[in-house]
Amino acid sequence: MVDSLTYTPKITVEFEIGEKDFFIAGECASRVKKTLQQLGLKQEIIKRIAIIIYEAAMNVAIHATSGKLVVHIDPDGITILTQDVGAGIEDIDLAMKEGYSTATYEIREMGFGAGMGLSNIKQCSDDLYIESKVGVGTNLEARVFFNNRKKTGEDV
Amino acid sequence: MTVRELVAALDLEVLTGDINLDRQAGSGYTSDLLSDVIANIGDDAVWITIQRHVNILGVAKLKDVSAIIIPRNLALEEAFLAKAREEGIAVLRGSKSAFELSALIYNALTRGRGVA
Repeated sequence: MVDSLTYTPKITVEFEIGEKDFFIAGECASRVKKTLQQLGLKQEIIKRIAIIIYEAAMNVAIHATSGKLVVHIDPDGITILTQDVGAGIEDIDLAMKEGYSTATYEIREMGFGAGMGLSNIKQCSDDLYIESKVGVGTNLEARVFFNNRKKTGEDV
Repeated sequence: MTVRELVAALDLEVLTGDINLDRQAGSGYTSDLLSDVIANIGDDAVWITIQRHVNILGVAKLKDVSAIIIPRNLALEEAFLAKAREEGIAVLRGSKSAFELSALIYNALTRGRGVA
């Protein structure tokens, strides 16, 4: 196991996510996880990245009409981006709160929409940036460094 | 202990045939909220849940669970089981509640032997 990659693979993976396409979230995360395992990254980092990808993709599937998830891997870390067309987020601070959810009853009954997605993403990311416009869509960018410990407070 | 040993110890029903039964089961997690499972389930864990739609298989695959355990003899759709077989995920079912199954499984795993 290595802390950082000794060579420079620049890998970009992209997934299209359709409305209510819940299975794809698991698929995105599982596929990237496999790639990262092949690169020999630490399990702890892979776990964090898998959680971010799953939750970010799931948010698109639940709240958007269409969207995509893009993963960039570079020697220093990984960037996870989602861009969607959909409901958007009215109050990002509120949405970050664990337990706050706007998911419908049907979605929650399936075990999704527990209001833990964004807080899970924040906990697992070194950097997180979200921009959103109600009725238009949301862009999310999460970064995980291979070497640094998770940053806290003002660094984020 | 292996999933097969857990099945024998707790008299569970195997719904996916001889798939993944020699896998080690080292821990367990009981939850129906997928974000909770994604964030907190351990390694080599059996996952006790009443969720039975195909999307939970994505979670099971991602977290590499040893087996999914369905309580109270709840009904399962064949499409779910077919997908589970395709993904190589063992699905087991017990007659007891999630609470009782969790307790019995906890005992079985921590004592490394079957429970009465």
